[in-house]
Amino acid sequence: MQAMLLTIVLAPLVGAIIAGLFARQVGRAGAHWATIIGVAISAALSLVVFKQQVFDGAPVWNESVYTWMVIGGFTFEIGFLVDRLTAMMMVVVTSVSLMVHIYTIGYMRDEAHNWPKNSRAGRHAYQRFFAYISLFTFSMLMLVMANNFLQLFFGWEAVGLVSYLLIGFWLNRDTAVYANLKAFLVNRVGDFGFLLGIGMILFYFNTLDYASVFAAAERIDGLSIALFPGFEWSVITVICILLFIGAMGKSAQVPLHVWLPDSMEGPTPISALIHAATMVTAGIFMVARMSPLFEFSTAALSFILVIGAITALFMGFLGLVQNDIKRVVAYSTLSQLGYMTVALGVSAYAAGVFHLMTHAFFKALLFLAAGSVIIAMHHEQDMRKMGGLKKYLPITYWTSLIGTLALIGAPFFSGFFSKDAIIMAVGESTLSAAGFAYIAVLLGVFVTALYSFRLFFLVFHGKERMDEQTRSHLHESPAVVTVPLILLAIPSVLIGLPLVGSMAFGDFFAGAITVLPHNDVLGRLAQEYTGVIGMVIHGLVTPPVWLAAAGVVTAWYLYLHRPELPERIRQRFAGLHAFMVNKYGFDDFNEKVFAGGSRRLGDLLWRHGDVRVIDGWLVNGTANTVGRLAQLARRLQSGYLYHYAFAMVLGLLLMLILFTTGRG
Amino acid sequence: MLENYLPILIFMAVGLIMGAVVMAIGYLLGPQRPDSEKGSAYECGFEAFEDARMKFDVRYYLVAILFIIFDLEIAFLFPWAVVLGEIGLFALGAMAIFLLILVVGFIYEWKKGALEWE
Amino acid sequence: MNLPGTQDYLAALPEIVVATLACIVLLIDLWSNDRERLLTWLATQFTLLVGIVLIIVQLSTDVTYAFAGTYVKDILSDVLKLFIFIGAGVAFLYMREYLRIHNEMKGEYFTLGLFAVLGMMVLASASHMITLYLGLELLSLSLYALVAMRRDSAQSAEAAMKYFMLGAIASGMLLYGMSMIYGATGSLDLREVADAVAQARSDDLILIFGLVFIVAGIAFKLGAVPFHMWAPDVYQGAPTAVTLFLATVPKLAAFAMLMRLLVDGLGPLHDQWQGMLIILAVLSMAIGNLVAIAQENIRRMLAYSTISHVGFLLLGVLSGTDQGYAAALFYTVVYMIMGLGAFGVLVMLGRAGFEADRLSDIKGLNQRSPWLAGVMLVMMFSMAGVPPFLGFWAKFAVLQEVVAVGLVWLAVAAVVFSIIGAFYYLRIVKLIYFDEAEEQAPIRGSSPMRVMVSSNGLVVLLFGLFPAPLLGICIAVFTRIELVIG
Repeated sequence: MQAMLLTIVLAPLVGAIIAGLFARQVGRAGAHWATIIGVAISAALSLVVFKQQVFDGAPVWNESVYTWMVIGGFTFEIGFLVDRLTAMMMVVVTSVSLMVHIYTIGYMRDEAHNWPKNSRAGRHAYQRFFAYISLFTFSMLMLVMANNFLQLFFGWEAVGLVSYLLIGFWLNRDTAVYANLKAFLVNRVGDFGFLLGIGMILFYFNTLDYASVFAAAERIDGLSIALFPGFEWSVITVICILLFIGAMGKSAQVPLHVWLPDSMEGPTPISALIHAATMVTAGIFMVARMSPLFEFSTAALSFILVIGAITALFMGFLGLVQNDIKRVVAYSTLSQLGYMTVALGVSAYAAGVFHLMTHAFFKALLFLAAGSVIIAMHHEQDMRKMGGLKKYLPITYWTSLIGTLALIGAPFFSGFFSKDAIIMAVGESTLSAAGFAYIAVLLGVFVTALYSFRLFFLVFHGKERMDEQTRSHLHESPAVVTVPLILLAIPSVLIGLPLVGSMAFGDFFAGAITVLPHNDVLGRLAQEYTGVIGMVIHGLVTPPVWLAAAGVVTAWYLYLHRPELPERIRQRFAGLHAFMVNKYGFDDFNEKVFAGGSRRLGDLLWRHGDVRVIDGWLVNGTANTVGRLAQLARRLQSGYLYHYAFAMVLGLLLMLILFTTGRG
Repeated sequence: MLENYLPILIFMAVGLIMGAVVMAIGYLLGPQRPDSEKGSAYECGFEAFEDARMKFDVRYYLVAILFIIFDLEIAFLFPWAVVLGEIGLFALGAMAIFLLILVVGFIYEWKKGALEWE
Repeated sequence: MNLPGTQDYLAALPEIVVATLACIVLLIDLWSNDRERLLTWLATQFTLLVGIVLIIVQLSTDVTYAFAGTYVKDILSDVLKLFIFIGAGVAFLYMREYLRIHNEMKGEYFTLGLFAVLGMMVLASASHMITLYLGLELLSLSLYALVAMRRDSAQSAEAAMKYFMLGAIASGMLLYGMSMIYGATGSLDLREVADAVAQARSDDLILIFGLVFIVAGIAFKLGAVPFHMWAPDVYQGAPTAVTLFLATVPKLAAFAMLMRLLVDGLGPLHDQWQGMLIILAVLSMAIGNLVAIAQENIRRMLAYSTISHVGFLLLGVLSGTDQGYAAALFYTVVYMIMGLGAFGVLVMLGRAGFEADRLSDIKGLNQRSPWLAGVMLVMMFSMAGVPPFLGFWAKFAVLQEVVAVGLVWLAVAAVVFSIIGAFYYLRIVKLIYFDEAEEQAPIRGSSPMRVMVSSNGLVVLLFGLFPAPLLGICIAVFTRIELVIG
C-alpha cells in the first residue's frame, strides 16, 4: 500500500523532472509522453485506491512514511492519510489532470509563434509547460493525501507556486506577469492567515498530525484567547477563521477573489486544471478535511456561510458583463466556489465536496471547450467576435451544451444533484445567516443560467460576427482536444446519478467528515431522501429548477431573440454596468488603498528607516566596523613562527589562570 | 604523594637562586665597557675565521635521521631481549612484525636512493 | 600475563589490514614505473574499500575492549572510521586529479594519506592515552610530510616547518597534560581515568592543570583559536590536494580525540572543560568569521572558515549531552562533505603550475562553467547555513543542543557570528555570478572528477532536503553508546 501511494505521488514528479530538467534531451514528444505516462500511472492507481476504499471497504490508511525532522520535541513527518475523501480527491485530480495533459498536446501544438523570435524564454517552453502541470499534479496530490498540517502547507504552497508560474507562463506579456504577481500577492494574504492558523494549532495541540489534532479538538473547545485586551475569543473560532482565510485566498472567496479572473492570462489548459477543477477547490477540501475542528465553532461557520453566499451571488453577476469567453467561465467558477463554501458554512461538507467533484468535471469541460473555441478562433477570446460556431465545431458544441446544462443544474445532470443538495441544506440550516444565504443561492441559480447561456448563445448561435479570414479557417479541433472533451462530458452528465445518494445524503464520507448532530442538515434531509427520481421530482416543484429555466429563457430572449436589447439595457444602466465592469471596484480599492498605501508607507520607511537608520547606521555601520575589526584581527596573523607559538602559549596560560586560580 | 619530591624542588630552587645570584652580582659589580674586540666570538687567541653558525651538508641530516630510526630500534631490542624468555613466542612474533615494518621502511629509503651520498 | 587473543585481533582487524595494505601499497609504488601512478591509486582506494567492508561486516553496537583495554571498538569508532574511509576516498580522487593537472604525480601522496588514515583509525579507537598519542603522531607526521611534499616551493616548506614546529609544541602540551592526569589518577587507561576522576575532588588542581593542557593539545588539532595560527599558512602553503585532505578528514579524528579524551576519559570534569570549550568556541567563531572577511586568497579564507566551523562543532560537544555529541558529529561530517566539495571545485579551476585560489580567479565562473558555479554556490550557501542546504541543518542541530542546556547567550552569539560569516560566503557567490570573468581558460576535468564533484554538490542538496538519514546515524551512534555503557 505504501509503495502504491508513493508511486501515485512520485510518478508525476518524475515526469516533471524528466520534462523539466532534461528538456533538451527528451524533446517535445519525450516531454509529453513522460508526463502523460506519469500521470496516467497515478490516475490508474488512484482508481485502484478509490475502489479499495469505497467498494472493498479497505480500512483508512494513515501512516507516516518518512520522518523529516525532529525539533524540540515536535516530529515533522511526511505521511499519507487515505480515506474516502482523499480517494475521491485523488481520482478527481489525477483524471482531470490526465485529460488536461492530453488536451495540452493539441492546445500547445504551435505555441512557438507566441514567443518573440529567438527569445530565451521561448526555448523549450513546451516541455516547461508539461513539467509545470505534472509538478502541479504532484503538489496537489501531496496536499490532498497529507496526514499532517505541515505537508498540507507544503502542498498548499507548492500548488500556489506552480499556479504562479503558469499564470505567468507567457512571461513576455506584461498582463500575464501582472496577473501572476497579483495572484501571488493575494494568495500571500490568505497564506498568512493559514500559517497563523497552523501555528496556533501547533501551539495549542502540540502536534501537527491530523488524527491527534482532531482527537483533541474537544479539549480545546471552550478555551479562549484575548486577541485584544478585553476581547475574549474562543480559540477554536480563531483557529478556524484563520484557516479559512487561507481557504479564501486559494479558493478565491470575496474579498480575496480578485486574482482568479486575472489568472485567465495563463494558457487555457491551466485555467481548466488549476483555476477551475483542482487547485481552487483546495480550500474547500481543506475545510471539509478540518470539519472536526470547524464543527466546534458556530461563529466560524457563520462567517464561512456569509462569505460564501456573497461570493456565490455577486460574482455571478459579474459574469453577465464580461465579454472575454474565459473570464465568463472564470466568474462562473468564483460563483460555484461560493456555493461550495456555503455548503461548508451550513455543515453540509459532504454536499460541498460532492459539488466540488461534479464541478471539477463540468468546469474542466467548459474550460477545455472554451479553449477549443479559442484554438478554432486563432486565439481570439472576445465573444462579440464569435457567433454561429455550432456548425463549425460540432463536438465542441455538444460537449459545451452538456457542460452548461450541468452547470446550471438541469435535472439529471450532475450539477443538478450537487447544487440542489446544497440549496436544500441551506434551507434546512438553523444558522442565523442562513436566510440571507438561501436567497443568495436561489438568485444565484437564475444568474448562473443567464450568464451560462449568454455565453453559449453568443458563441455558438446567432450571427457569425468574426472576420472573413478567421471564418475561412474555422474547423473542429484535433482529436487530442476533442477526446478529452468527450471523456469529460461523460462524468459531467452521469456522475451525479449514482453518487448523490451515498455522497450527499449517505454515509460515504463517514469517518472522513465529522458533523455534530445539531448541525447535521444533510442527515435531516437524508430522512426525506427517496432516491434519484424522487429528488428530480422534488426538484421540479421547488424554485431552483424553474429559476434556472427562467434564466435560460431570459438569455434566449436577450441574446438570440432580441440581440439589440442588451445594448439598450446597458445604456440605461450605464452607471451600474460600469460599476460591474469595474468588478465592484475591488481592484481599484486594492490598488489605491493597499498597493498605494503600502507604497507610500514603504517609501516613508525606506527614506527614513532604511536609508538613514538601517543602511546608514546598522548595515554600513556594522559592515564597516566588522571590516575594521577584520583588518585588525588579521594583523595577529603575522607569519612569524614565534608569534604563533607565543599565541599558543599565551592561550594556554590564560586558560590555566582562568581555571585554576581560586580553586586549589 | 608529591611530598617525596619536596627535596628535589628545594634543590632546584636553591640551584636556580645560586646561579641567578652569582650572575647578578657579576652584572652589578663588574664594569661594563664593551667594544668590538670584546664583543666578538672568542676563538682560542686569534681572529675568528668565520661565523660560528656553520652550514652542514643537508645529506648529513638525512643520514643522521635515517640512523636515528635504526638506533631507536636497537634501543627497543634490548629490553625485549631481556624478557624474551618470559613472553616467549608471542614476543618473537611481535618483534618480527616490528622489524618487518622497519624493513619495509628500509627498502623504501634504499630504493629511493636516500642512502647514496652522491 | 594475558596475551592478546583472537577477539583482540578481530576487533582491530580493520587497522591491521589497512596497515598491512598500506605497506604493500608503498612497495607497489616503489616498483611501479607508471607516471600516472594508476596502480598505486587503485591499490589505495582498494585498501579503503577493504576497510569499509571490514567495518560493515563487524558493525555492531557492542563495545569490545581489546589489547588489555588499550583499544576499543564501539559503534562510535565504527561510524567514524566509515566516514573517514569515505572522506579519504573522495579526497584521494580529488588529489589524483590535482596531481595530474599539475604534473606532480607522486605515489607518496597516497601512501602518506593511507598512513594518515591509519592514524585516524587508531585515534578513533583509542581507549588508552598511549594508543591515542600513537594514533595522533602517526596522523600528524603523515600530514607534516604531506604538506612538505612540494620540496622546492618555499611556501610549502615554510608551511610545513610552521606546522611541524607548532605541532610539536602542541604534542608536547598534550603529553604534558596526559602525564598530569596520570599523576593525578595513576592510570592512562581512559576507563580507569574516568573512574578515578569521578572519585577525585572536582577542584583537584593537578587534574585541572592536566585538563587545560589536554584541551590545548586537542584545540591545536582542531585548529581552534588561539591554537589556530598554523591553519591559514598551512592551508595556503600546501598544495591544494593536500589542503583538501588535511582540512577535512582529520577533523573527524580530532572529534574522536575530543570524545575519547574529554568524554570517555574526563567526562566527570565536564563542568570544567565546558568552560574552556566555550572560550575556544566563541573565540574561534569570532576570529574565524571576522578574519575570513579580510582574506583575498580563497584557501586562506577557507582556513578561517574552517576555524569558525570548529567553533560550531565545539558548541555541540560542550553541551555535554548525548544529543549534543550527536549534533557535533553531524556537524563534523557535514563540514567534511562541504569542505571536500569546495576544495574539489578549486582543484578543477587550477591548471598546470597555477593554483586558482585568489578571489579574482573565480570571478564570473558562471560564464565559464555554469555547472561548476552551481556546485560552488551550493557549497557556499551550505557553509553559510542557508536552508535548505545541509549546512543549515548542521548549524541548527548544534544550536538546538546549546539552547537545550540553557546556554542561550552562546547560541545567540553563534548566530551573530554566522551572520557575519555569511558575508564572505555570499561574496564568493557574488563574484561567481555577477562579476565579469578575468580568466578565460576553459575548465576541463576528467569525467570521474566531474561526476564526483557533482555528486558532492548533490549530496549537500539532497541531504539538505532530507537530513534525517545522516542525522539519524549520528544520533543512533550516541544513544546506543549510552545504552551499552550505562
